[in-house]
Amino acid sequence: MIEFRNVVKQFPDGTLAVEDFSLVLPSRRITVLVGSSGSGKTTLMRMINRMVDPSSGSVEIDGVDVATREPVELRRGIGYVMQNSGLMPHRTVLDNITTVPRLTGVPKADARRRALELMDVVGLERSLAERYPGQLSGGQQQRVGVARGLAVDPNILLMDEPFSAVDPIVRDELQQEVLRIQAELAKTIVFVSHDIDEAFLLGDEVVVLERGGRIVQQGAPAEILANPINEFVANFIGADRGKRRLAVSSAAQPDGDDRLLVDAGGYPVGLIAAPDGRLATSDATPKSRSVSNKTDQAGDA
Amino acid sequence: MDWGWISRNLDLIGGRVLEHMALSGPPIVIGFLLSIPFGYWASRSRIVRSVLLVIGNIVYTIPAIALIVFVPVVLGLAILDPVNLVIALTLYAIALMIRSAADAFAAVPRDVAASATAMGYSGWQRFFAVELPLAGPILLAGVRVVSVSTVSLASVGALTGIENLGSFFTDAFQRQFLTEALVGIVAVLLVAGLFDLILTAIGRALMPWNRREPTRRLVVPELTTA
Repeated sequence: MIEFRNVVKQFPDGTLAVEDFSLVLPSRRITVLVGSSGSGKTTLMRMINRMVDPSSGSVEIDGVDVATREPVELRRGIGYVMQNSGLMPHRTVLDNITTVPRLTGVPKADARRRALELMDVVGLERSLAERYPGQLSGGQQQRVGVARGLAVDPNILLMDEPFSAVDPIVRDELQQEVLRIQAELAKTIVFVSHDIDEAFLLGDEVVVLERGGRIVQQGAPAEILANPINEFVANFIGADRGKRRLAVSSAAQPDGDDRLLVDAGGYPVGLIAAPDGRLATSDATPKSRSVSNKTDQAGDA
Repeated sequence: MDWGWISRNLDLIGGRVLEHMALSGPPIVIGFLLSIPFGYWASRSRIVRSVLLVIGNIVYTIPAIALIVFVPVVLGLAILDPVNLVIALTLYAIALMIRSAADAFAAVPRDVAASATAMGYSGWQRFFAVELPLAGPILLAGVRVVSVSTVSLASVGALTGIENLGSFFTDAFQRQFLTEALVGIVAVLLVAGLFDLILTAIGRALMPWNRREPTRRLVVPELTTA
C-alpha cells in the first residue's frame, strides 16, 4: 500500500506543482493517475521513489515514510518504466534489462538468465537480446523498458506515460500486455497517463487530477463513467460531447444479430451483441454491461 | 629539391618525429581529461558555461609564442625546458576542448539520465556508466580536432629552441632549403594522421553501439506476441 499524506510540492522557481494531496493506493492493483499536463501527476509519482521530495507531507510505502529510506537503495527496489523507454542506448537489450540486478550485486549469469525469461514475459524474441535499443522499434523498446522495470521483481512498478509515444496499434498491444502481466504477477502499479481511455482500460482505480494535483474524482472506471462528478470530469472523459452516450444505430446494420452502436454525435463506436437477435432499437441502454466499445475495451467478459 | 637529403637524414627525421609525438601527445591526453570536469560543470549551468567558454576563447587567443615564453616565467622553469611547451599546448587543448565537452554532456538525453537515476544509479555511477559514455561521440569529435591542432601547434616550440618537427621549418628558413620544410610538413601531417587513427580506433573499441549506428535504418519488424 502506498499512502500520500497531505503532500505539497513547490519547486524552487515558485511553481506550486502539488497543493495538498492525500491518497491511498491499494496493493496489487493498478492505480492510474490521469490528468492533463501540469496536473502534477508525474511529480506525484516521482515522490514514491524519491526522484522528487515533497516540500511538506509524506509518502509512505507499507507504513514506512520513504523520506527515511536512502534514495538509491529505495529506487533499486521499485520498478520504473518511462515514456520513450529511457533505455540506455549504449547498452544491449540484455544489459539494459540486467541494469538493476547488476547494481544490486546479482551474479551476471543469474541476471542474464532472468533477463531472458523476462523477455519471454513481455513478448520479446530472445534473438533481440544482443541488439542495441536504437535497432529496435518503438514498441519493442517499450517492452524492454517494461522488462527492465520488472527485473528485480519489485512489489511496486511505476509507469510514467509509458505508451504515449508509440502508435495506437502497438499501444493497444502493450496495454493488453500490461493487463496480462498484471493478471500473472499482481504488482502494485502506479500508472500515469493523460489518456482517459487508457486509464479506464488499465485502472482498477482511476484518479482524475486537475492543476496542482487536486483530485477531482477517484473510483473504479465504471463509477466515474456512470457519474462524472462535475463538468471537468465530464469534459475530460468526453461525456459532455456525447462520446459516452451510446445508442443502437437506426441506419445501416451489420450482417448477423449484432447491432451497430453510435455515440450521441452519430459516430459508430462499436457493436452490441444481441444474442436473441431481437434487440429493439428503443431498448438500447447506454449503460448496458454487454457494450463492447471500441474506445473502451475494458472487456467485462 | 634534394631528395638525397632525406635518406641521409633518416635518423634526424625519425628522432624529431618521436620528439614531436612526445611533446604533443601528453597535452592532448591531459587537456582531454581536464576538460571533462569543466565540460560537465558547464553543462549543468548556463552561467558557468558562458564564463568557461569566454575564458577558453581568451586563452586560445593568446599568441603561442607569447604563451610559451610566459609559462616558464610564471612557473619558474628554465626557458628551454620542453615542459613549457607541453604546458602551453595543454592550455590550448583545454581551451579548445571545453566547448566540445560542454556540448557533449549537454547532449546526453535527459530521459536517459533520469531513467538511470530512477533505476538506482548513484551520482558517480551514473556519470561513469551513463553520462560519460553517451557524451563519448561528441567528446571524440572534439578531441580529434584538439589532436590535429596540437600536433600542428607544437611546431611553434622550435622557435623557442625546443626541438621537434618544427625545427625543420626554422632550419629550412635559415638555410633557404625547401626540402627540409617539405619533410617537416609531410611529417607533421603523418603524425597528425597517426594520432587521428589511434583516436578513432579507441573510439570504435569503446563505443560499439556508436559503430553500429549506420545499421539503424535496417528496421527490425515488430514481433507480435503469440
